[in-house]
Amino acid sequence: MKKTGGRIYTFLVFLFLYAPILVLIVFSFNDTETASRTVWSGFSLKWYEKLFEDRLILEALRNTLLIAVIAAAASTVLGTVAAIGINSMKRLPQRIMMNITNFPMVNPEIVTGVSLMLLFVFAVGLFGGRSLGMGSLITAHITFCLPYVILSVLPKLRQMDPNLYEAAQDLGCPPVQAFFKVVLPEILPGVVTGMIMAFTLSIDDFVISYFTSGTTQTLPIYIYSMTRKRVSPEINALSTVLFAVVMALLIVINVRQSRAQKAAKEDA
Amino acid sequence: MKTRSKLLSAPYTVWMTIFIVLPMLLVAWFAFTDREGQFTLENILSVGQYSNVFLRSIWLGAVATLISLLMGYPLAYIISKMSEKRQSVMVMLVMLPMWMNFLLRTYAWMTLLEDNGLINAALKAFGLPGVHMINTAGAVVLGMVYNYIPYMILPLYSVLTKIDKSVIEAAEDLGANSRQVFLKVVVPMSMPGIISGVTMVFVPAVSTFIISKMLGGGANLLIGDLIDMQFLGSAYNPNLGSAISLVLMVIILICMGIMNQFDDGEPGEGGMLL
Repeated sequence: MKKTGGRIYTFLVFLFLYAPILVLIVFSFNDTETASRTVWSGFSLKWYEKLFEDRLILEALRNTLLIAVIAAAASTVLGTVAAIGINSMKRLPQRIMMNITNFPMVNPEIVTGVSLMLLFVFAVGLFGGRSLGMGSLITAHITFCLPYVILSVLPKLRQMDPNLYEAAQDLGCPPVQAFFKVVLPEILPGVVTGMIMAFTLSIDDFVISYFTSGTTQTLPIYIYSMTRKRVSPEINALSTVLFAVVMALLIVINVRQSRAQKAAKEDA
Repeated sequence: MKTRSKLLSAPYTVWMTIFIVLPMLLVAWFAFTDREGQFTLENILSVGQYSNVFLRSIWLGAVATLISLLMGYPLAYIISKMSEKRQSVMVMLVMLPMWMNFLLRTYAWMTLLEDNGLINAALKAFGLPGVHMINTAGAVVLGMVYNYIPYMILPLYSVLTKIDKSVIEAAEDLGANSRQVFLKVVVPMSMPGIISGVTMVFVPAVSTFIISKMLGGGANLLIGDLIDMQFLGSAYNPNLGSAISLVLMVIILICMGIMNQFDDGEPGEGGMLL
């Protein structure tokens, strides 16, 4: 009795979480003129055709991916190096660094967004140069990705035996080589996690991009303008495509993980 | 070698100084100056005119946080009792909607809640009168709960799975009934999860500006909308916008300080799962 109650509750919460997405997906196949979002008038793929003909969307997608790749790469390198530095600090400076790192994660996104906007506008006024655009977007994205990289690399560094690095050096390994041959393999899982997080956060970000993009379009910004201007099932088609991609990615990751776990079990 | 590796964080320190510390100083600078750059308290003082917006944001954010907690806790508890394999599937199902952009998720609710939207169409099909739902405060709260409830469920779940089963058994052996076990053992032990869940829902809910725009119409202006209007909207006035941002930050800091008072557990625990 208690169990069925739990099952019904779980079902209801998941219904709440998934019903809107399901509706969105179903209506992306609706053969209707733009007039109604909610009257079903037959199956059609025309919104998908329109979606892939929309040059603005494709350009926004290109910008989004470009920013995400650059921001993820830059914040991973900068963040990993910084984490090593932070890890070797004494307690007080380490605490200060951690507070600075945590700050943008606690601060409301909108405040981070407007503060960066003020900085970029101020810098343009001071030094000239181009105003808001790809440059400011990439800079802003690196900034909000950095803390996540650091927070996923640091625990791995703390787990690592510090003697390993010294042993490598005692055996005549130059520091840079010791890093790539000894330290990096040990912390690699944390680095990869950080990079994946940076990449997905960057792709998904709307609020900070909204304030730092100027007229440059990214996918979330384009979606926003679509929801404001006109009612178009193109959004539904776009949502469906994105949802399918995310699903596929998650399934691939999960299958690979469970395979790796199985392999590890068989080895042991 | 130690001194050299300390230097490794120098580029990061410089980066964060320029792009986190300096922008915050600029916000403070703008908040206390007028358009000519003269010192003034006018911006901060005129934030008072918007106290109703602040109260509404805090109120709606608090309601959304409470609903998320009441809805999310039982689910996190149920999931934590499942077999390990089902647990990971369930956690993935909770996280999956988060991977969809929140604008799309909110847009989905627009199509459901509209006056001639799906819910009203369904009501009419059963001969029931339609209900006006879009552009109300309730719709905004719904949007907040829908968007942020995973941030509540995940930390709660990660704390609940860590509770040692023998502690619960000990309470039962000592004669506590299931209600007492839950209220006196499980809830206090999951406090760190409750606190991080509440913080992770409340902070974005209070400072949101898109959800209110999309689901609340013009009548349910929140702090975020106010800030947006000063920077990119019709009421262009970055000085006032900075003052509002500053006040928002202070409110959130105070709220988090209050939350931390409840957290007497070890610091650093409390499942930042993401």
